[in-house]
Amino acid sequence: MTADEEKPPAIRVTGLRKNFGDVAALDGVDLTVPDGSFFALLGPSGAGKTTTLRVMAGLERPDAGTVRLGHLDATAATPAARDLAMVFQSYALYPKQTARQNIASPLRARRLRPEQIAEAVARVSDLLHIERLLDRRPAQMSGGEQQRVALGRALVREPRAFLMDEPLTNLDLKLRVEMRTELTRIHRALGRTFLYVTNDHVEAMSMADRVAVLRDGRIEQVGTPMEIYERPATRWVAGFVGSPQINVLPCRFDAGTGRPGRLAGDGGWTLPAPSWCPEMPDGSPVLIGIRAEDLTLTPTADQPCLEGEVYVVEPLGDRTLVDVRVGEAVVRVKAGPTVTLPAVSGPAGPRLRIGVHLERAHLFDATTERALRA
Amino acid sequence: MAAITIDRLHKRFTGQKQGAPPAVEELSLSIADGELFVLLGPSGCGKTTTLRCVAGIERQTGGDIRLDDETVNDLPPAERDVAMVFQFYALYPHLTCRDNIAFPLRAAKVTSAEIARRVQDVARMLRLSHLLDRRPHQLSGGEQQRVALGRAMVRRPRAFLMDEPLTNLDAEQREDMRAEIKHLQAQIGTSMLYVTHDQVEAMALGHRIAILNQGRLEQLGTPVEVYNRPATLFAARFIGSPPINLLDVTVTDGGLVSEGGLRLPAPDGPSNGDPLIAGLRPETLTLTAAGEDHTVDGRVLAREALGDETIYVVDTPAGPLRSRMPPTARHDVGDPVGLRHVGPPPPVYDPRTERVVEGKGAV
Amino acid sequence: MTVRTDSIADHPDAASDGTGAAAARSGRSRRGRGGRRRIRGGLEIGLLAGFAVVFLFPVVWMLETSLKHQRDVYAVPAKFAGFPITFEHYADVFSSGSVLSTGFLNSVIVAGASTALATLLGVPAAWAYSRFPLTGKKHQLFFILSTRFMPPVVVVIPIFLLFRDFMLIDTLLGLVLVYTAFNLPFTIWMLRGFVDEVSPEYEDAAMLDGYSRFEAFVRMTLPLLIPGIAATAVFALIFSWNEFVFATFLTSSPETRTAPPAIAGLIGGTTIDWGLVSASAMVFALPVLVFAFIVRKHLVAGVTLGAVRR
Repeated sequence: MTADEEKPPAIRVTGLRKNFGDVAALDGVDLTVPDGSFFALLGPSGAGKTTTLRVMAGLERPDAGTVRLGHLDATAATPAARDLAMVFQSYALYPKQTARQNIASPLRARRLRPEQIAEAVARVSDLLHIERLLDRRPAQMSGGEQQRVALGRALVREPRAFLMDEPLTNLDLKLRVEMRTELTRIHRALGRTFLYVTNDHVEAMSMADRVAVLRDGRIEQVGTPMEIYERPATRWVAGFVGSPQINVLPCRFDAGTGRPGRLAGDGGWTLPAPSWCPEMPDGSPVLIGIRAEDLTLTPTADQPCLEGEVYVVEPLGDRTLVDVRVGEAVVRVKAGPTVTLPAVSGPAGPRLRIGVHLERAHLFDATTERALRA
Repeated sequence: MAAITIDRLHKRFTGQKQGAPPAVEELSLSIADGELFVLLGPSGCGKTTTLRCVAGIERQTGGDIRLDDETVNDLPPAERDVAMVFQFYALYPHLTCRDNIAFPLRAAKVTSAEIARRVQDVARMLRLSHLLDRRPHQLSGGEQQRVALGRAMVRRPRAFLMDEPLTNLDAEQREDMRAEIKHLQAQIGTSMLYVTHDQVEAMALGHRIAILNQGRLEQLGTPVEVYNRPATLFAARFIGSPPINLLDVTVTDGGLVSEGGLRLPAPDGPSNGDPLIAGLRPETLTLTAAGEDHTVDGRVLAREALGDETIYVVDTPAGPLRSRMPPTARHDVGDPVGLRHVGPPPPVYDPRTERVVEGKGAV
Repeated sequence: MTVRTDSIADHPDAASDGTGAAAARSGRSRRGRGGRRRIRGGLEIGLLAGFAVVFLFPVVWMLETSLKHQRDVYAVPAKFAGFPITFEHYADVFSSGSVLSTGFLNSVIVAGASTALATLLGVPAAWAYSRFPLTGKKHQLFFILSTRFMPPVVVVIPIFLLFRDFMLIDTLLGLVLVYTAFNLPFTIWMLRGFVDEVSPEYEDAAMLDGYSRFEAFVRMTLPLLIPGIAATAVFALIFSWNEFVFATFLTSSPETRTAPPAIAGLIGGTTIDWGLVSASAMVFALPVLVFAFIVRKHLVAGVTLGAVRR
């Protein structure tokens, strides 16, 4: 591989459309997956992530649009000709074959010599630490082990790109966390393109170097994980990425006595508008989004505050989530693990003040729900 | 409203393999009146079986179930006066939400004025008032689960039994429903026995948590106790994400030292040279420059920026260790770093018994 | 999100709601659940035993008749036990050149050939209906099944006329074709259920591995279908083996008759040799029973179209 010449993107799709009956699964998807990147397609179920992946793999024919793989126009190519490897959510390991046969399957299909196959299987099982599983059948393996063998079947070749369809979904939490690290390691070791489909924002954030957020068959935002977390393009993206979910409060812009103006909430609260708040007509309805970690139960003297009563306290060990009722809304605050609050009993909890890191808040247009920026 | 006592509960299923451990083995728990008590464990640990025995759906092979002072072993489910909420919502699809909620009262021949009043009360509490005339298929998963909760609440049972009620909701709805259930339980004050395999849910909800494994009790405690001082290695591994770091250490000069030189404060008791396992939560390890005293050096293996925090996986002579850092920390993959322990002495475990080493005296 | 209606009827919560009134009126009979269970178990066994006696008696009687000497067959009062046993009727069934031995041979040929054909054609059709988005798939499938709605007696006359023109009357080939045509809708439907149960992702994975569409099916899905194919074949075999109406109408000479009309032909003369009739019936029933026993687990799965986990 030479680095000096400009490499074409590993995968580029333009104008993808696909209908299933009356439902538009893909409604004009354009994506460019740079060569060698770990690219995550993030979205809720039904957003069209898996359909996009299957169109790229040639398992689904798009109603419109093109698929380019490197220099190749692959829109009409068969799956075998596309030279892609895929890891399925169900693993799709052939039940009648041992792990070794499963891993060797793509090489046998390409009619490699037995010694070449043996060598490739040995290399992959070393990379994935699965030597001891090679003679077992899928039914004799745990979920995590099956997962590794499924990865092995993809990694045994050197395809153009690896497509992964929610491969960690069926693992338990602990294994999932470990496999995240493992996949990052493998991606670095191979330096090849990974296209990773997931509905879990933590997976996308923790592994990918680029993330495309899909919703209802359209791309909502593309960027690095931190761009998406810190500068969400829409209220929807802000809500989908991050846990606990971002607090979104409806309010009106009050130009008042001059810049930057104030935000008056429906629940009777007011906050000064952030300094970067764009000009807008007096009384414009906006949404303010504040992440739980940008709220504090110990505000400094001059910090803008919301006021409310404690609704629920959730100690999570490394942090405590405190839900506070502000007007009609419930606002979630991330506090330290040792925060002490009077117990909530009866209809109304104790009242308290929540400090807001206003400069880190997000503003969205109330009708388009798109982010407002300076 | 009632306290629930589970006294030496034993359950072996007919047809279970000879020699296989029973589904529940000598389990004793007492749930105070008004308590929100969580049964936590992996699938197959016996938590659901225990719940079903309390409900009367399953008959135990030994031990007693008491509601307050009444032994209910021989009562069929309907006569125990407890309400159960399931993983899937079991709403009647041909009935409106109002009729679904009212259903248990209709069966109990309550007057229609009383029914209307109680349905209204429940609907207001669950913020369902505007949905009462819809049918289940017109509702989102979270709304359906609220209706199912309403149907359980409207009877004013002696206790609520919850069988993983949030499992089928998506992540966002789950967080909201979790808070909702905790708030409602505090308002109503009826005891609730809540079964889940999700440790975050258990921590967030429970006044107390019982961790079960293979039909036995691993630990019983408040969320903070269970998190900060897991009683066994199993409990330590089961709670917390990213998972706890379990580190082989040796007692040296009143401290604990790991392979690679990480030094930790030791609890009283163990003597010099004893091999132990220390349980270090990721937030008790902080990244520093390499080569400092009392740290273990390594290289960053992976960096997972989650927005509000960043998880570093560091490859050290003591194995890969996870550290939870604020998002402002900037270390790249491959960077040499040191890891230092911060905070109070960590819990340590005897490698043979896999149990936590108590403060004073014995190992 | 859809509500799972299927689970409501037998749902414990629904049940306890339904009898919620009982909670208020506590203090009624509180008999242990264990006792109730024991009584129910005993009742079930008694009832099933009763059914077994009623259903099995004719079969047992037939077996006894086939083993009795001629004089014991007609004995009054009838002998249930304690009669001398003879195998002479069985010997007669298989004596060379008898109508029955030819009948059995024909049955084996016709049933075997038609079952093989129906299965061979059914597998690819079932795969296609399971995996590919075909236009009007539902209507096609309904049309295929509708050919089974007609009772054989209704269609036998047009088929007879058709066969007369094609010189297929009184030939084994004719019967094979008719049975194949009648079995095919059934094999397609039943096999489709089995194909549906095999995750299409195996084939997707195989195609990405580098196999063609058809190779992916043959290499990955087909081996997993073998139990289903076996079960389907047994059903088809049972149909062709037992078929009576077409065989009676479309064949006439002893050389082409299959066993059912041949056995029926034994009844109707002035004297009926009940021993021979019973013996041939026993011989005729045996192969089907054996096959059905071998694949009984899959038969249940097939009948419930995959609702039972195998």
